[in-house]
Amino acid sequence: MTRRVVLCAFAGMGWALAAQAGETAPAVPSSGSTFIDLLFVFVLATFIGLGVITRVSRLLHTPLMSLTNAISAIAIVGSLVIAGQDHSTVINVLGAVAIFASMTNIVSGFLITDRMLKMFKQQKEGDSK
Amino acid sequence: MRLQLIQVAYLASSVLFIFSLYWMNHPRTARRGVFAGVAGMTLAILGTLLQPGISHWGLIGGAVALGFLVGIPLSWVPLTAVPQRTALSHAFGGLAAGLVGIAKYYLLLGEDPGHLTRFLMTAIVTEVILGFLTFTGSLMAAGKLQELRWIPQRPVTYPGQNAVNLALLGIAVLAGIGLILRPEELSYLFPVVIVLSLVFGVLLIIPIGGADMPTVISLLNSYAGLAAVAMGFVLDNKLLVIAGALDGSSGLILSIIMCKAMNRSFGNVLFGAFGQVQAKAAAGEAKIAKSETAEGAAQILEEASLVVIVPGYGMAVAQAQHRVRELYDQLTKRGVDVRFAIHPVAGRMPGHMNVLLAEADIPYEKLVEMDDMNPDMPQVDVVLVIGANDVVNPAARHDKASPIFGMPIIDADKARTCFAIKRSMNPGFAGIENELYFAEHTYMLFGDAKAVVGEIVKQLAGTGGH
Repeated sequence: MTRRVVLCAFAGMGWALAAQAGETAPAVPSSGSTFIDLLFVFVLATFIGLGVITRVSRLLHTPLMSLTNAISAIAIVGSLVIAGQDHSTVINVLGAVAIFASMTNIVSGFLITDRMLKMFKQQKEGDSK
Repeated sequence: MRLQLIQVAYLASSVLFIFSLYWMNHPRTARRGVFAGVAGMTLAILGTLLQPGISHWGLIGGAVALGFLVGIPLSWVPLTAVPQRTALSHAFGGLAAGLVGIAKYYLLLGEDPGHLTRFLMTAIVTEVILGFLTFTGSLMAAGKLQELRWIPQRPVTYPGQNAVNLALLGIAVLAGIGLILRPEELSYLFPVVIVLSLVFGVLLIIPIGGADMPTVISLLNSYAGLAAVAMGFVLDNKLLVIAGALDGSSGLILSIIMCKAMNRSFGNVLFGAFGQVQAKAAAGEAKIAKSETAEGAAQILEEASLVVIVPGYGMAVAQAQHRVRELYDQLTKRGVDVRFAIHPVAGRMPGHMNVLLAEADIPYEKLVEMDDMNPDMPQVDVVLVIGANDVVNPAARHDKASPIFGMPIIDADKARTCFAIKRSMNPGFAGIENELYFAEHTYMLFGDAKAVVGEIVKQLAGTGGH
């Protein structure tokens, strides 16, 4: 399974590179970093993610999922930019709906994760009776 | 200067997110992880608001307030409903990514089509496809988990289903490639991609049964993360790429764990339409299962020295976890060692059983993983199976004809005595007859899990203190 994932990743990179090779304009307009920079960040972050997540206690897989839910609502950063800048009203409203969706995930994700984690208790000293 | 400050905030936020997940490696430090996550998110939002050209504060404020209004009650759901809440939030994540993708495309198409490079279009198309298929797919999954009446619980299948699904995805991808090559001329393809992704999400989930939900939820989790990564590529934002990659790899690892725990591949889960009742009945003689009363079970439990409880989705459905806690109390009071053996796919999402038992105040040291429990099984006096079925079916070990052959199971049949609480002899979700129930030392306790465990507790309490 791991091999297949790696193959898919390479295929994706190949396609992206081919797409970029055909460009005449700079790959990413109006910004400092190129496509390759972002790809570096993505690949390395995925490795960190795989390393960190495999160490997560199996007891906590449900809270883990709600926590990553909240973290992936980082999409709010993009939504804020779309909603906040001066564009047509339709675009701004699309951004606002995206803010709403992300904010819901952030709020409910962090709150419910904490609520669940509070329930995990060790055996108390006098518990064995 | 301000731009550098924003980048520093984003960097700090990325580090906090990594620590947040790192601290999840133990229940002791896990709550710290939530605080790190909240801090990281706050930094990211503040940093973004510092960006030049952000206005429309009313619109932003309103959307944020609405997010709080919906988000806070969503965090109060009962723990048995956590799987559907999780699926719902994957839907929200997908929706946000999809909408930002749409907005970015039409924005550049109208104002600055020269910037719709192939690379940017690849990212936008990926973001939109992943975002919208996660959106409708997760909504369907949430509906199935919530057991909404108008969403069929059993897998819906028809001949050529996989061909239809794949063809649909193929058309969406082809349209996407068209858009990537000719973003301006073929702009009419954009809505086509959106609609096809939405439809594909629905069709992908329809044939999937409840027992496969843990894998599907993990997979959707991964998609939601990857959609955020694509958004990061679209908006040239490293923080989005990092946070999305963390989420994506988390979902991927959970899906792999779930697949391994069922001895199935991704393809098999997504396109295998598991969970249909097997047509052919077990050939040969009618087997008879023995049943036992709560009173008898209580006596045997009382005399045991090591009791292992195997919980399954049935425990969640019957809301029996608090009764189980009372049983745990009664038995530990008598010096019986009680442990819980948790199968990775028990319940409807990864870790579901652990959370329910933690809610009932069972100390987490008592929750033991399948692989750690199995070697000790022959020394166990009594196994009590509560609402679990396929995960304790010995057929998985030896019956090559069984659909669950090869799936790792909890070896409940190796214990000296086994009690199984079940409402009736109907087969479980996979529709497979369970050999365990006909084993020599297995006794059935028929009834609702909550009622039966309550009855055992009453018997034990009655004889309490000897």
